[in-house]
Amino acid sequence: MVAVRETVETVHKVAGEKYKYGFSTDIESERAPIGLSEDTIRYISAKKDEPQWMLDWRLEAYRRWLTMDEPTWAKVEYPPIDFQSAYYYSAPKQKAKLDSLDQVDPKLLETYKKLGIPLLEQQMLAGVAVDAVFDSVSVVTTFKEKLREVGVIFCPFSEAVREHPELVQKYLGSVVPTSDNYYATLNSAVFSDGSFVYIPPGVRCPMELSTYFRINEAQTGQFERTLIIADKGAYVSYLEGCTAPQRDENQLHAAVVELIAHDDAEIKYSTVQNWFPGDENGKGGIYNFVTKRGDCRGNRSKISWTQVETGSAVTWKYPSCILRGDDSRGEFYSIAISNHYQQVDSGTKMIHLGKNTSSRIISKGISAGRSSNTYRGLVSVHKKAEGVRNFTQCDSLLIGDQSSAHTVPYIEAKNPTAILEHEATTSKISEDQLFYCMQRGIPAEEAVALIVNGFCRDVLQQLPMEFAVEAQKLVGISLEGSVG
Amino acid sequence: MLEIKNLHAKVGDKEILKGIDLSVGAGEVHAIMGPNGSGKSTLSYLLSGREGYEVTKGSVTYKGQDLLALSVDERAAAGVFLAFQYPIEIPGVTTMTFLKAALNSVRKARGEDELDAPRFLKLVREKAKPLNVADDMLKRALNVGFSGGEKKRAEILQMSLLEPSLAILDETDSGLDIDALKVVADGVNALRSPDRAMIVITHYQRLLDYIVPDIVHVLSKGKIVRTGGKELAGELERTGYAEFAA
Repeated sequence: MVAVRETVETVHKVAGEKYKYGFSTDIESERAPIGLSEDTIRYISAKKDEPQWMLDWRLEAYRRWLTMDEPTWAKVEYPPIDFQSAYYYSAPKQKAKLDSLDQVDPKLLETYKKLGIPLLEQQMLAGVAVDAVFDSVSVVTTFKEKLREVGVIFCPFSEAVREHPELVQKYLGSVVPTSDNYYATLNSAVFSDGSFVYIPPGVRCPMELSTYFRINEAQTGQFERTLIIADKGAYVSYLEGCTAPQRDENQLHAAVVELIAHDDAEIKYSTVQNWFPGDENGKGGIYNFVTKRGDCRGNRSKISWTQVETGSAVTWKYPSCILRGDDSRGEFYSIAISNHYQQVDSGTKMIHLGKNTSSRIISKGISAGRSSNTYRGLVSVHKKAEGVRNFTQCDSLLIGDQSSAHTVPYIEAKNPTAILEHEATTSKISEDQLFYCMQRGIPAEEAVALIVNGFCRDVLQQLPMEFAVEAQKLVGISLEGSVG
Repeated sequence: MLEIKNLHAKVGDKEILKGIDLSVGAGEVHAIMGPNGSGKSTLSYLLSGREGYEVTKGSVTYKGQDLLALSVDERAAAGVFLAFQYPIEIPGVTTMTFLKAALNSVRKARGEDELDAPRFLKLVREKAKPLNVADDMLKRALNVGFSGGEKKRAEILQMSLLEPSLAILDETDSGLDIDALKVVADGVNALRSPDRAMIVITHYQRLLDYIVPDIVHVLSKGKIVRTGGKELAGELERTGYAEFAA
């Protein structure tokens, strides 16, 4: 497999520099004062030229957050986070608004090049519109014209607040309310930027939309806010890919993503997450506490989450679907890979409210090193939801003898017509498989990557093409050093 | 090509091989026959480098180098191929993907250029045809849900692609009906060549009717107790292994 070989070559190439994306550019940046207070929130809001209602919304969330306790139910351990020693806003300093790429800071463009996402090439070759987020401020938005022709709105969140306040006010917090959970509430108070997407009725978005997030400034928590609305009969596929520079300090990330699908609409949301996982001794790495939820608000609507999680020191993430409309469908496809000292607690919630709603959960967890990998999921069928179907499959693969895998599936069925299936397996890469591959000339590390890619195949197939290739490479890179 | 001298080996505390001497030259086909538990499979695993087998005495020289010093994949790259008695399932990895990974790994280790997709595809189809391996089978996960015959044909296809110098066939006839056996044997015979040596390990003489060896060895209790021409196989078929078991 070419991808596998490339993977291993990449691993070797970066062996000296360790984490491939562990660099930072020295672009001047502008930061909020350290710590969290109402002043910090006012500062952020002012920087964004926000209207009063937005500031009020943030402050309400902040005041609520002060009364909340950090959740401790997940199977992850980390030192207490000092929320007062982080910066909550950081933006590259720029002189004026930009019309074209020529006006972008060359150093910034260089950073993207290192990440392998040259905007120009991407525009031409891949046909992907990129809303490039550098630290917290969106710098370049491409393909706007083409999208505007069909009426699609794809812009930085802060721009949407100014340009489309009626849409933002209508939908923001309607899936993940400010009171939802500790980290979502924190995000509501201090979110810096993110993406906003609106697909008008009957429109099939002509390209895959993608955003690259990047955490660049030391000690800057990232609080992205994403809101995607597919109106009646609309369709959109959204890609999110992440890399971050290497830092010793633990960096907090608490994003919120809200999806809304109206009647007959479909949203496909794919993530490849590759944030710094900490080194082989468990030092450093990103803390990732994310709230992602989709609302199948309309009848016959569909929301599909696909994620490949390889990074972060601590991951706490449950992309979920509220199946409100009749005949709506939710899907969750996940690959979570943990190595060294990484801790992953991830899964999904499928809340069946409407009649004849269906959901499908395919989760593949791979744990290597001394890592811990937990699937936590809920399938809930409410009283009035007739004819619900769910299929869940949770497979865990262990590499080595010091890693662990846990599966915590909750099932609540309050309607007797529901048909729920749950399958789970736990396996190890067998000596037989390794020996067989190696007897055919495949070196040990490549053999592991090959076997793991096979294990994840059902999920990899759900990814858009360009992401699938990247994801296969990531699988190999993430498991570097997992065989002796 | 292969020189085994006074080879002793154990698994755990149990000594399985108790002094094997075997010399296999290029172009030769040797059959190793013997009852269950005589050490046939141990010998094949030892030559291919599987973990869990400890050599306590003796040496194995392959093409002038110490074979036992090489890792499993290094041996494969050096041209040692083991056709498994029970081929291993690799779920989610298509036969095609696996073949490509294997071939390109070996080519790379041998200092040859890796084949791109079109060249590889052409080569696989060419090699697959005489073995009756259809495209459909190449698209399925390797050995998963394969019939006995499909598994063995897939093994021979791999052998044909990797072009080993020393091929070890471990109980290749097990689980095959007579038609499947013929296809597999034809495949193996097509690979006989003056610069390739083969060791055919089998319990029964049946396979040797189709893959006719130059030399037959009888392995019993960890030692080669008799060596002869191909007619020895026929003799064993009539008398059984009883006389060696004593």
